[in-house]
Amino acid sequence: MIYVASPLAIGIFVAFVLGVLGMSSFFARKTQSASGYYAAGGSIHWAVNGIAFAGDYLSAASFLGICGMIAFDGYDGFLYSIGYLAGWVVALFLVAEPMKRFGKYTFTDALNYKFNSKGIELASAISTLIVSLCYLIPQMVGAGDLVTPLLGLQHHWGVIIVGIIVIYIVATAGMTSTTYVQFIKGGLLVVFSTILSIAIFMNGINKIPYEEYHNFKTLTATVTDGNVTAVDDPTYTVAAVLADPKKPEKKFAKLQQDGINTWWSIAEKDGATVLKEALSVTKTADKKELYNGAPKADKRFYQVGHAAKIIMDGQEVEKTGPIGPFKFLATVQESEMVRFSKTLLEDGTDKVTVYSQNPTQGSDIMRPGLKFKVDKGSTFMSKLNFVSLMLALFFGTAALPHILIRYYTVPSPKDARKSTIVAIASIGFFYVLTVFMGLGAMINGVIDLNSSNMSAPLLAKFFGIFIFSCISAIAFSTVLGTVSGLIVAASGAVAHDLLTNYMGLQMTDKGQVTAGKVAAVCIGILAMILGIIFKGINVSFLVGLAFAVASAANLPSILMMLFWKKTTAQGIICSIFVGIVTSLAIILLSPSTYLDLYKTTAKAPIPLDNPGIVAIPLSFLTLIIVSLLTQKKEA
Amino acid sequence: MGGHGPATEWGVDNASDYKSKLGVYMFIIYVLVYAGFIAINVISPKTMGVVVFAGLNLAIVYGFGLIVLAIIMGMIYNHLCTKKEDELNK
Repeated sequence: MIYVASPLAIGIFVAFVLGVLGMSSFFARKTQSASGYYAAGGSIHWAVNGIAFAGDYLSAASFLGICGMIAFDGYDGFLYSIGYLAGWVVALFLVAEPMKRFGKYTFTDALNYKFNSKGIELASAISTLIVSLCYLIPQMVGAGDLVTPLLGLQHHWGVIIVGIIVIYIVATAGMTSTTYVQFIKGGLLVVFSTILSIAIFMNGINKIPYEEYHNFKTLTATVTDGNVTAVDDPTYTVAAVLADPKKPEKKFAKLQQDGINTWWSIAEKDGATVLKEALSVTKTADKKELYNGAPKADKRFYQVGHAAKIIMDGQEVEKTGPIGPFKFLATVQESEMVRFSKTLLEDGTDKVTVYSQNPTQGSDIMRPGLKFKVDKGSTFMSKLNFVSLMLALFFGTAALPHILIRYYTVPSPKDARKSTIVAIASIGFFYVLTVFMGLGAMINGVIDLNSSNMSAPLLAKFFGIFIFSCISAIAFSTVLGTVSGLIVAASGAVAHDLLTNYMGLQMTDKGQVTAGKVAAVCIGILAMILGIIFKGINVSFLVGLAFAVASAANLPSILMMLFWKKTTAQGIICSIFVGIVTSLAIILLSPSTYLDLYKTTAKAPIPLDNPGIVAIPLSFLTLIIVSLLTQKKEA
Repeated sequence: MGGHGPATEWGVDNASDYKSKLGVYMFIIYVLVYAGFIAINVISPKTMGVVVFAGLNLAIVYGFGLIVLAIIMGMIYNHLCTKKEDELNK
């Protein structure tokens, strides 16, 4: 896709950023103490904090990642919404009040309140740093992705802009300005997502989403000795026929017309062999990228996604007209949508990614199975992966450091509880909307097959440049806010947990603030570098990694410390390290990492993508065994 | 400075035991409902496609249900906790 920046989009974006910076400068004057820097002085109203929770939590992964995944794979994307929200139940019922009661600035404080152990300080500071960095990278990558359509800038400029603004926000006013940025952003995100959903219902479902939507061609092929040799349109010549290396029965033809190569999927229809038009991205040996056979600037790579058949109330229709939310879902369930399947081919020295039309029944889209194999084509391992993911999402939320530190910004445990409920209600409402926004993107011809992350903003663009500009500016500030929160959490781990507590450096209150700010600047710069290196890696994949590490490393310790009297410091330390090592090892040796990160089709040593089901129990078990073995030393 | 302790001081909370017990019970209830969702998906995935209400299938109704249940249970929990706090922390 090639994007053209609009002056309105730039104007709204700049206004947003200036507003955020102005607010930071305002709060900077109030932030002189360590308590002010790390915990906003514990003076934030619970309702503001609740929405700020939503701001923290609804990161680029939620808004861009989930909507994109639903747009590509239907209900399976919604599983993330369900799991992410269910995780808040753990936070509310088990963790919220004790965290507030026992902690001061960081989650390490709460974990260590009984033990006063140097080891716990070190272990949990390391775990905070690792989880925060895992979570920071996708936010930075998301920022880079966003500035391209919004401002017409290159990826690395997005990362650098976010980095500089965030360092300014955090280094000037710490948690206070971070909280208000999150409050405003969280609120606006929910409001604009509601507007976008209403626009989807008003628009209904149309077989032809808009006038200029691409008209997909189907050609009849001449087959000689089992090979496609010609097609019924004489302007095309057959240049090659290749099979999917993974599914040899799936074949693709390369056709040439006016010197441009395009890819087509080969299928049988009514006894004849037909070629269906597909989209393709070709990477040549000399590192050139061709989109549907031409350079990007030629704009041949169009947006896609449409309904093949619309059934409303048992009748086939061309369009539904305005439609209610339930009717919308019921109609999608009955209809047939065209999704696109991705196949990697090697055509000589060229690497070709072909996106072929894949008409899918609504009944399959509206239940799990297209991405996570639980039904057709499922294996024991694929089911285990599904359970493992749901487990990590459930237990990950209440163990994320930037979420946990938000409990220290309110005055009392009661306020911590109330703000969690505000968070659950607003986040839950937003997650319900992700279904409509994701499906809306799937059927309205707005999908950029090269970037699932852009589905929600591009859907907004379909409804007009103003709403697109607002949604994009909010999405960008989503990144700003989440990154600020993460940097506060990580700088707390370095300055408060490691320097002050673990190494015992004697610092004045002002000195602690300075240490925190210096740490924030360093972590911010590190995040910028990583954001540029990891360009193009799936945002949800990286967030899943952060959740997996958080759930395995932090949650067993938090829960056992609260609910099992025999827990010892050694048990907690071992459990944190076992959690980090196992979850990271499984992720780095998993099939997804091999394919997405190392870009190899070699067989991964561990067949599991999601480490939760192994790492979480193992971390619990370690804590129990080590605690039982170290009882005497504690006594 | 350094060390540990709460960011803000507040009085003794007599309702704390009640709240943490209530929290555990409500957590268990939610875990069972959540586990049910995972179990159906793994054991009988086709059941998720069965239309149960207003043309919506079980996957959507159960999924939305889990979100709404979290909100409702959160409100009930808060109501009961606040009531107990007012009663015990006079």
